[in-house]
Amino acid sequence: MSTAAPPQAGAAVEKPKKVGLTERARAERKLAWMLCAPAVLVMLLVTAYPILYAIVLSLQKKDLRFPDESGFAGLDNYITVLSSGLWWTVVGNTLFITVVSVIIELILGMIIALVMHRAIFGRGAVRTAVLIPYGIVTVVAAFAWLYAFDPATGFVNDTFLSPDDKAWFGERGSALFVIILAEVWKTTPFMALLLLAGLTTIDEGLYEAARVDGANAWQRFVKITLPLMKPAIAVALLFRTLDAFRVFDSIFIMTRGAQDTQSVSILGYDQLMGRLNLGLGSAVSVLIFLMVLVIAFLFVKGFGAAVPGQGDQR
Amino acid sequence: MKRGTREYTIWSVGIVVIIIAALFPVFWLLMISLKTPATVGDKRLVPKEWTFDNYEALFKGGFDSPLLQPLINSILIALIATTIAIFLASFTAYAIARLSFPGKSLVLGGSLAIAMFPPISTVGPLFDMWRAIGIYDTYVGLIIPYLTFALPLAIYTLVAFFREIPWELEQAAAVDGATPLQAFRKVIAPLAAPGMFTAAILVFIFCWNDFLFAITLTSSNESRTVPAAIAFFTGESQFTAPTGNIAAAAILVTIPIILFVLFFQRRIVAGLTAGAVKG
Repeated sequence: MSTAAPPQAGAAVEKPKKVGLTERARAERKLAWMLCAPAVLVMLLVTAYPILYAIVLSLQKKDLRFPDESGFAGLDNYITVLSSGLWWTVVGNTLFITVVSVIIELILGMIIALVMHRAIFGRGAVRTAVLIPYGIVTVVAAFAWLYAFDPATGFVNDTFLSPDDKAWFGERGSALFVIILAEVWKTTPFMALLLLAGLTTIDEGLYEAARVDGANAWQRFVKITLPLMKPAIAVALLFRTLDAFRVFDSIFIMTRGAQDTQSVSILGYDQLMGRLNLGLGSAVSVLIFLMVLVIAFLFVKGFGAAVPGQGDQR
Repeated sequence: MKRGTREYTIWSVGIVVIIIAALFPVFWLLMISLKTPATVGDKRLVPKEWTFDNYEALFKGGFDSPLLQPLINSILIALIATTIAIFLASFTAYAIARLSFPGKSLVLGGSLAIAMFPPISTVGPLFDMWRAIGIYDTYVGLIIPYLTFALPLAIYTLVAFFREIPWELEQAAAVDGATPLQAFRKVIAPLAAPGMFTAAILVFIFCWNDFLFAITLTSSNESRTVPAAIAFFTGESQFTAPTGNIAAAAILVTIPIILFVLFFQRRIVAGLTAGAVKG
């Protein structure tokens, strides 16, 4: 796994060939750009253009229920959103769900990766089993957990977990608990598989050497496994954090945002689709986009350049 | 590690626990889907009375039934989006893996940025744009965003696989007198096919899973996919919850996933980790 190799490193190696661009090299460039163009255009059409459009909409008063009142609004929509208690509650929820589920996923994912790595029998069976949560439709998984915890249909209230009839979705804390549980169940396998791929790159000889030197299992894990897996962990964390931050499907199915369990995506959806307020909804959309940028930036800063794509020229 | 040691026991218990935890919710949904309306609220894990009525009701009335049209939509939309995504992504991945050109890291970095892009931020503008150009509530209207968000996944997976292909074989074939087309068809295509197939499975799963675009860019069963359709199921009367039917539909959309996982487990794992770790 190449981690810190910046793109320039590879380019520098190829440089001598490129001195005085030959006819052939120029043709190669042209072909490469033509091959990339369709995919790049499609990706821009549905991301760059809409986000620019969202910025324009967010500066306007545009409510499809009151089309006559449209007009330029400056930063009014942003002020409305940022000065509302609801927005900050929702941001708090989203960050809470993201941080808690990603931490649990990292720990569980590491344990599962270690089990899969060490397994002598049933390796295929475990991998097959954990791919089910990864592949299952999020909405389907959400219904499974909803029906398990719903007092009207679920068995959870009959188990030792909850002896009395608890309305799990009737209060914020327990509803968020079930939402996080559903997230963790669905995405821990992805985390585990990424970590497993990192684990398999570690040289077994290191463990043998450490064992000879008298290191116990915990010491071997902390001194060998963790440091060598830092790049794999960074990638897994980055992907999962941004993915968890977008949480929408499970909340939509389980609470629809009731009991103050909305995520930023649910809030954006409600503004745009429920209230058809494109101005306010777009302001929310732009703010979500900016938050994702900030999170991604912090990750890249925090973990150095250990982001896929950076080491592409091996 | 030997049989009978404490370590062996711990790992074995771990394996069993993981398998049960991974499969239990699916088992639970299956059990609900086989319960009769009278017993759906009995909170038992295994039905007291077994029935297939929940499944039958989903298809009663043919194309007016709650699930038939959405199921067809889901399959067609995911297949079309997957085909186009793999087609476009393989061009891009070929360029990135094989050719040298300025802007390579820009394309890779851009794809990564799109993989992290919050889809909710595009929903409002797309809703507005699609209505303006008349593709709201159509297949095309869903295929385009699926394509966009599936392309980074496809490009990353394919680049990782294409880099492993021994491209020298192409020249070797040419030396042996093969035409460029023959060299591609007989040598390169068979080597590239497994990677493309793997990328296709991942992209299909991705499209199959989408909910946000499906509920925002459609308004009827004309083009609504199964996840969205399930969320809008209503009971037979205002007083009955559609629990059994939802569970049955949920099980049906899970079947393709289970088949993929059973038959292509190795490929999926390889594909998932190839893009992220080797990239």
